[in-house]
Amino acid sequence: MSANGRHRFAMYWAASCGGCDISVINLHDAILDLAEHFDIVFWPAIMDAKYADVEAMPDGSIDLTLFSGGIRNTENAELARLLRRKSNILVAFGSCATEGCIPGLANLTTTGALLDLVYEGPTMDNPDHVRPVSRTIVPEGELHLPALGALLQTLDQIVEVDYRVPGCPPETERIAEVLGLFDAALDGKATLPIRGSVLGAGHSTVCDECRRDRGIKHITQFTRLQELPPLDPGLCLLEQGIPCNGPATRDGCGAKCPLAGAPCIGCYGPADGVVDFGARLLSAFASVVDASEPAEIDRILDGLPDPVGQFYRFSLAGSLLRGSRAVRTSTAPAPAIQGAGR
Amino acid sequence: MSEDVMSRTKANDAPTGAAPAATGAAPAPYEPVVLAFTCNWCSYRAADLAGTARVKYPPNVRLVRLMCSGRLDPTFVLKAFASGADGVLMTGCWPADCHYRIQNVKALRRFELLRRVLGQLGIEPERFQRFYASAAEGRQLAAAFTRMIEEVRPLGPLGWGRLPEVAPGVETPAGAVEGETAAGEAAPADEDATTDTRALEAVGS
Repeated sequence: MSANGRHRFAMYWAASCGGCDISVINLHDAILDLAEHFDIVFWPAIMDAKYADVEAMPDGSIDLTLFSGGIRNTENAELARLLRRKSNILVAFGSCATEGCIPGLANLTTTGALLDLVYEGPTMDNPDHVRPVSRTIVPEGELHLPALGALLQTLDQIVEVDYRVPGCPPETERIAEVLGLFDAALDGKATLPIRGSVLGAGHSTVCDECRRDRGIKHITQFTRLQELPPLDPGLCLLEQGIPCNGPATRDGCGAKCPLAGAPCIGCYGPADGVVDFGARLLSAFASVVDASEPAEIDRILDGLPDPVGQFYRFSLAGSLLRGSRAVRTSTAPAPAIQGAGR
Repeated sequence: MSEDVMSRTKANDAPTGAAPAATGAAPAPYEPVVLAFTCNWCSYRAADLAGTARVKYPPNVRLVRLMCSGRLDPTFVLKAFASGADGVLMTGCWPADCHYRIQNVKALRRFELLRRVLGQLGIEPERFQRFYASAAEGRQLAAAFTRMIEEVRPLGPLGWGRLPEVAPGVETPAGAVEGETAAGEAAPADEDATTDTRALEAVGS
């Protein structure tokens, strides 16, 4: 706690888009409450700060740190360890930190192939084959850049995490609840749930929050929204053949997407008790396929052209396999991302 | 053994070959481990029958008895691969013979979908197979075990269990390889770090 009686607060972004920070700032007027109850000691998204300032703080002196973003390079890992050491409570905040999110989909290919695409892909003009290097000698001395890792890792694969707040990004009203809870708990007026709990979300699935009617599902075709006549506004999207990730996804978002007619994409991560999001969702989808002959099953499953993208859009880095075999054998020439095994 | 199979063996051995060399011990001959999930009502009894009838099959197969192939949660398969299994075999009752009416059909659908996911993640189709065996088909099941082991063996170790955090090599910008897996000079020296950060290997040097 600071001398002025406020709790010391930090927020950091590693491999993330910054959307989690925006979602916190999106508290609008309530951000003033945040500033009233917390001393913001480190938050690169909104204020200037130097890593040296954090290093100078005594260990455990930050009361609450929200860490968003996955761990993709040495800088991310260094800051994860530094903030773990300096923080009393470290929260994996948002989908990237909890399960990898979209940056985690890069685990489908090797670092080399990624750099090929980004630096020499079809939209790049790079005749000198310039690539980022971690150490460069210039007349003035040596310059350093963080080095990329072989794959993206979640925060809890690097350091111990006290709590998780899922969502891409977490909904602002849920963030307000979480910050309120931490504020009260740090004042001794509330007890925090057991360490490791998921905060700012429910315990069931998006389907439980969705008000669309659910019947017995017999899927004869998976297809995309734009390929169907206007949808029945009251009927479950999955029943209408739209791959909706609601059955495996944790509730807490208010089922905003399915209620607006767009399928759930699974950003709130696995529901309670789900070990591997993709496996659970795959199981749910396959169970409702209305076919018993392999050829017919194949035809229906062809409606899911990118199964890993469908089932692991947000959770690949945090899943049991964590990524493609390519990242485990990256001394071999990097294969292109393969299509579904058929 | 065809040339095609040989080349695949080499390709799969390359990344893991360096690990035993570091300890100085000669690597033991590779024996694949295949996890076979069996149904209580048919394929488990078929395996039992194979045993009673003294039908031989390789000891590389590890049996797990479930009440039904429909109980095979795809999570089990992923966990098996992530824990070091080289192959997973799903066995169950023939269609229309299921003790629980249609659960083996649901298992078939999950199998087909999971097979696609595993293909995208770079796991060869030979490593995940299915086989129907009634309680009377012990000989056929033993033959299926043998066949699968011989199909998985040339693929070499899958290696997911041994390399949990990956990054066998460091790719330089030019695409050349520096083969050290230990934290090199490019990685930050953090002796206190207890969590595995082998994946955070440098790209450039």
